This record gives sequence, structure tokens and C-alpha cells, in this order.
Amino acid sequence: MRLFATLVVLGFRRWSTYRLATAAGAFTNTVFGLIKASITVGAIGAAGGELAGYDAQTGATYAWIVQALIAPVNVFNWNELALRIRDGDVAIDLARPMDPQFAYLAGFLGRAIHQFIPRGAPPLLAGALITGLALPATPLPYALGLVSVVLGVSVSFSVWWLANLAAFWLIELRGVLTLNVVAMGILSGLVIPVHWFPDWLATVAALTPYPSMLQAPVDVITARAEGTAALGVLAVQAAWLAGVLLLGRLVFARGARKLVVQGG
Amino acid sequence: MTEPIIQVRDLRREFVVRTPAGRLRRTRTVVAAVDGLSFDLAEGAAVGYIGANGAGKSTTIKMLTGILVPTAGTVRTCGLDPVRQRRELARQIGVVFGQRSQLWWDLPLAESFRALAAIHRLPEASWPVRRDELVDRLDLGEFLATPVRQLSLGQRIRGEIAAALLHSPRLLILDEPTIGLDVLSKERLRVFLAEQRALHGTTLLLTTHDMDDVQRLTDRVLVVDHGRLVYDGTLPGLTTQVGAERVMVVDLVEPVPDLGTVDGARRVAVESDGLRHRFAFTPERTTAGAILEAVGRRGQVRDLAIEEPDIEDVVRRLYLAQIRGDDPAAAP
Repeated sequence: MRLFATLVVLGFRRWSTYRLATAAGAFTNTVFGLIKASITVGAIGAAGGELAGYDAQTGATYAWIVQALIAPVNVFNWNELALRIRDGDVAIDLARPMDPQFAYLAGFLGRAIHQFIPRGAPPLLAGALITGLALPATPLPYALGLVSVVLGVSVSFSVWWLANLAAFWLIELRGVLTLNVVAMGILSGLVIPVHWFPDWLATVAALTPYPSMLQAPVDVITARAEGTAALGVLAVQAAWLAGVLLLGRLVFARGARKLVVQGG
Repeated sequence: MTEPIIQVRDLRREFVVRTPAGRLRRTRTVVAAVDGLSFDLAEGAAVGYIGANGAGKSTTIKMLTGILVPTAGTVRTCGLDPVRQRRELARQIGVVFGQRSQLWWDLPLAESFRALAAIHRLPEASWPVRRDELVDRLDLGEFLATPVRQLSLGQRIRGEIAAALLHSPRLLILDEPTIGLDVLSKERLRVFLAEQRALHGTTLLLTTHDMDDVQRLTDRVLVVDHGRLVYDGTLPGLTTQVGAERVMVVDLVEPVPDLGTVDGARRVAVESDGLRHRFAFTPERTTAGAILEAVGRRGQVRDLAIEEPDIEDVVRRLYLAQIRGDDPAAAP
């Protein structure tokens, strides 16, 4: 536990050194939030003022919260492990008395904690000023929402971990990582809510861990999923997390074995 | 007799090299990087593991630390099977790969120590004492708060060595630790390592290209060539055997055609009509200072240089000796 906490703090500190990058990211998130909120509200207007349970206000709120969560959940890129596998530094990780997946998860969470306020607050503030936010008035959705965000970040880590492991077998990894970004962009609810998907696409999304990264936390925070429904959402997230983490462990073990046996 | 801290028996490691042959086919060649290596290391020893590039040094170290599986033969490090008990082993050994960093690149050096203390589960009450000792002896205080990416090479290597020693390992393995360092930094590092060994009895295994490292830090030398052990013994024994001498080049102000003999040194050449003289010597028989003094009595010295035998040269000589049918490994 002390190790995990130390590594979370370290992950936090690593990112806190890049203040300018954080400020630039927050600005970009906010600008895109404005564009996305406008498009979302426009789409709802075109659909007659309501679309799959979203009205103009809740639709805009959805867009703003997603923008606030993009950075902590880390939708766009994580290739730290892949780089270490490619240049052989993963040997250093193997030669330490710790579990690598556990250590990297801690670092990933530390990064998310750092990004939470500086990258999350500006879009939410802009949203409150420009379109207004439709947020629940009771504390429970926020408490459950926080759990859901932590689970969402962890699910994102578990999927990135798996994608990065391809580096054990492939030299050029951009294809795999880009595929992950595209899948995440569409299926997580980043662009439009998963609830707007046609049935076939909703089915596809439900068969992947992606909706657990963004759609799930936003549903819980905005109390679209309340009470038992919210707990159900958390359970689905936890199940994906456990499954993908476990798969990541097995694949890592195979990759490390290849490295250790073939010397690749 | 206690168990050796490292025990290697008939160790072999092959790599498969695939090279394109024609449009689709690839030829598959098996290369043995380590080929039938056997040696023991006693606890508390200081051993230099030397050989030319590609001789199999790093491959051996990877097998000793459990990040590479031997193709054949056995390794025991600290009484453990390195591959199967890699994590337990990691608590007992410290490793510095000169070409790789175990520090957190974008954080201050001090943070790396904190992380390593947690990783090694060092007691919160005692590890800062050890850290302060290392900070003091390696002179890290000035840049403890500097992000690792901004450190100079010498500073970073000192940080790496402190990181490897923070958990007071029984065995310290250094892979080319002084590579790229200037003379002063090398010297400080050697003083530190010798002192740590005297203080804590840490076993030291060192790969290097620098003969001075071997001379100053180790009491036993293993030479590998093409994955085979070609010499196991002391450094004086090695230099005697292959005749690896240092050469002192002395330039005089006025030419002296004949300087006479100098005790313990061998006259190699007289150049430029007596302006330049070369003396070969081994550190066991005489010192550079003694030669300089002897020469200084017979002529005024303008400049001097000392040429070191390089490892490649030593290995080449050993190899030639083997071809001639001598058996260098049997020598003292």
C-alpha cells in the first residue's frame, strides 16, 4: 500500500512539472468543449428538443463533463510502456522487486489526479457560464461519480496497457495505438453519447470496455443512472477492469517470457 | 566454506539471428553469445569481467540477474535461481547498466530514492540514514533537487550507483559504470566503490573497458572472448602472461641518444635522434614516477604521455596465445 501510494504521488509529481503543457491542454479542452456543446445542442434541436433522454441542457452538460474527463481518463495517448519495451528499458522494470502492472497503474492514477482539477475545472467553468450545467442537487451522484471516474481511469489504463504490450511482438506500434484511439473516440462516448448509437453500434460498444471509460462516469455524475442503476454501472466498470487487467497480466507474462527466452 | 554468491556452470546462451535471403526467405543462424562458461564468485570478492565488445559480458549479466534464460547450463545468484526467483533476487542485488537508467527521468533525483525505498520496502525509519550516507559519499547534495534529465552524465551515473546501493545489496553488478566519464569523475567513483566494499563487504562484479577500473577495484579478473572464459586470475598474472605493459613516452628538451637502462622498465624505442624515448613497464615492477625520476637525472623532460594497454589488445594477445597452443587459463 505504501508502494502504491508512493508511486501515485510520483505519477502526480511527474506531471506537475509540465505546467505549460497542462495550461495549453486545458485551453484546448475548453475550446473543443464549446464546439462540441454547440453541435450536441444543435443535434438535439434538430431532433425536436429531445434525443434519447437528453434535452439541450443535459446534452450540453454531457459534452462539458466529457471534455473535463478527457485528460484524466487519457483518451489520446499512453505509450510509456511500449517505449520501454522497444528500447529494452523494460528489463529495468523486470529487475525490480515489484509488479510492473501494479506500478504503472499507480503512475497512471497519479497522472489522472494531477489532471483532474487543472484540466477538468476550466471546461466545467466555461460550461457553467456559457450554456449552464444540469447537475444533480444531492451529494450521492457525486460520490458514486468519483468512484466511477477512478474506475474509468483504471479501465482506460488496462486497455492502454494491453495495446502497449504489442511492442513485445511488433517494432512499429503506431497502427495499434491509433486503432485504440479511434475505437476509444467512437465507442467511449467521447464524440456523441453511446445512448445515441443505432442498435447495432450500441451492441458493439457494449461488448467493449470503452463505454466504461467516459459514458459510465458521466451517466453516474449526471444521475442519468441513479441508485441501483448507478451501482449496476459501477459493477460493469469493475468487471471490465478486472477482466482487462487480468488479460493484460497474462499477455505481459507471455511478452516478458519471450523477451527473457528469445532475448528479443 | 559458504556457498558462492555467484555460481555458473557450463552456461550457454544462443541467439537466433535472421537475415533476409532472397525475396521471401530468411536464413536463420544460431549464434552463441555465451558458450560453456563456468566460474564461482565468493562472497565479498571484487571481480572484473572483461572482454571486447560482443564477447558476451552483458548477456552473462542478464542471465545472472534473471532477465535472460540460459539456453543450457545453470546459474545461481545469491543462492537463488535468477529467472524463477527474479523478484527475491532483486532485493539482494544492485545493478547499474551504464547504458540504461533506473532513475525517474523527469523527477528530481531525491524522488527516485523515495520510490526505490518504497519498491524495496525499506523501513521508513532507517532508509534516509542510508540515503544520507550515499549522498554524502557520492557528493549528490548539490543536485538532489534537480530533475534527472538535467543532470550531467557524471552526476547521473553517481545517482544511478546510489540508487543501486540504497537497499544495501549483498552483490553489486556494474555494467560499464565509468563509460564516458572524465578522469576526475572516474577517480571519485573508484574511491567511493573501494570504500563501500571495505565498509559493507559488498561483493562487486564489474564489466568495463577500462584497465584502470580493473586495477583499482578488483582482485580477480575474468576475461571472456567469443563467449568463452579465456582467463581467470589476477591482473598482474594477466599482464605477465600476455605482456600487456603500459608504455611511457618521454620527450626531452635536448636529444640524448642513449638514456641507459631504467630499473624495472624496458626500453622500447628511441625516436627523433634521442628526443623521444619509450619505456614499457608494468605497475607491479615500477611506477611511472620512478621512471620519470630516473630519466630526469639524465636529461631535461619536456613532455610525457602514458599509453595504456587496452582490453581489446589484452584479449587479442590471449587469443593468439591460445592459438599457439599455450593454455592461458591454466596460468596463475
